[in-house]
Formats: sequence, C-alpha cells, structure tokens
Amino acid sequence: MVLIIVGVGSVRGWRSTWLGAGAGLAVLAVLVAVFGTALQAVPIDTLRLVIGSLLLVFGLQWLRKGIRRVAANGFRGMGDWSASAEGVPATGVDWTAFTLAFKGVLLEGLEVAFIVVSFGLTAEALPSAVLGAAAAFLVIGLAGVATHGIVQRIPRSALQLLVGTLLSAFGTFWAVEGLDVAWPGDELAILALVGWYGLAAAGYTVLLRRRAHPLLAQASEG
Amino acid sequence: MILLRWLAGFGRFWYDFIIGDDWTIAATVATALVATWLLHRAGHDAWWLLPLAVVIEVGLSLRSD
Repeated sequence: MVLIIVGVGSVRGWRSTWLGAGAGLAVLAVLVAVFGTALQAVPIDTLRLVIGSLLLVFGLQWLRKGIRRVAANGFRGMGDWSASAEGVPATGVDWTAFTLAFKGVLLEGLEVAFIVVSFGLTAEALPSAVLGAAAAFLVIGLAGVATHGIVQRIPRSALQLLVGTLLSAFGTFWAVEGLDVAWPGDELAILALVGWYGLAAAGYTVLLRRRAHPLLAQASEG
Repeated sequence: MILLRWLAGFGRFWYDFIIGDDWTIAATVATALVATWLLHRAGHDAWWLLPLAVVIEVGLSLRSD
C-alpha cells in the first residue's frame, strides 16, 4: 500500500494521491463501522480480481512507457518529463492518481481488516488485534514518509519503470488470487513477480537500446 | 447537458485507464485471466500463465511501436 502511494505520488503528484488514499481510508472506515465483525461477508475475492486486473492493465502501461523512456534516455531522464506531457492536469483532481491510491488503500486495508477480525474473533481478543493493526499501520506509514525523500531523488523515467513494475506485480498477484488460484510461497510470490517483471523490463530495455543504437551495441560487444 | 458531459468524461477516464494507447494489453490480460480460471477449474496449477502472457505481450507491444 505504502509502496503504491509513494510511487504514484512521486510520479503523478501528491495532492490527488493523498485525496485518493484518504477516500480509500474513509470508505474502509465506513465499511468497518457498518459491517463490524460481519466484514467477512464482503466478497474479497471479487474485489481482488477487479482491483488487481485494473492495477495490472494500468501498471503495464507505465511499465511499457518506462521501458521506452529508459531505453531512449538512460537513467538520467530528469529533464525529459513534464506533468502536462504525462496527462496530469495543472488544476483540479488527477483522477488517475486518485484511483490508483484509492484502490490500493481500500484493498490492502480490507485485507488487514479481515485479518484483524479473523484473528481477533478466533483468539477472543478483538481490541488487542485492532491495537496491533493500528500500531503496524503507524510504523508502515512512518516508513513511507521516511522513504519519500529517497524516492523523490530517483529520475522520473526510472521511477515510472519502477512503479509500473510494482503495480504490475501487485495487480498480477491480486487478480490471480481473486480467481482462487494459490500462489507458491503465498505472499512471497509478490517479490518473485517484482523480480520477474524487473528482469523482463531490463531485457526489453537492452533490446530497445540495441535496436535504436546498433553501432553503440556493436562497440559494447566488441 | 452537464450530466452528459460528465458521463463522457467518466467514460473517457476509464477508457484511458484500462485501454490506454494499446488495447492489446488489456485484451491479453482479460484472455489470460479467463484461461487461468479455466485451467484452475480443470484442476491444473495455473498461477504462471498471467505473468508469462503479460511479459510476452509487453515485448510484442514494444516491438510494434
């Protein structure tokens, strides 16, 4: 969740990203307040499938653009990006950033809420489970704020490639999980997916660079 | 009139979000998900299909640019 917010905020701007994250949290709070311990009745698999598929198709668009940009400009890319060229509106809400942050927060938050409710009821210690989840949320939020400065220093083209990789990995994981298909290694599969898409992106970047600069490629091979 | 404009904008946003500038990516994701579900229902392990299909499709999409 934090990775998605920090990545999307850095690429598309923070205002709409925070708005989306806040709206996701508000909907989550309403769901928890209305359903309470009956939260487990929410069709989480359908949500995983729909949200995962949407994050995947959008993440792949960024992955593709990121590969093209890094292949063309290398990792410098700071000067070749502008918000208007990326379709980010100068005023008003950027609905792309809003939607990505909203979905990420809502789905991950719901999963946490399910775990809290399940563990809390099983162990007959719901207040402790809620307290534990709130503490974890605070720690992860602080980690996000701490890494925000580092992420801001990454060139835009590389950041788009990185966030595209992350969105694609999370989207793939959730969409397939939504079909009730089990991943080997459970949530560790997300790391494997990040590696898989990262390797593919690196390979395609090299291929595109060779296609665009055949002489450069010959020199580096020689 | 305002409602129509809002609906058109809403539709355009989702079209850009899902289809973007290459419809084949969304089509590949949808097809791979259906195939994954069918394989799963037939009793096969199918988690590998979507990541494989997606990487091949991104390569084809980049090649056709």
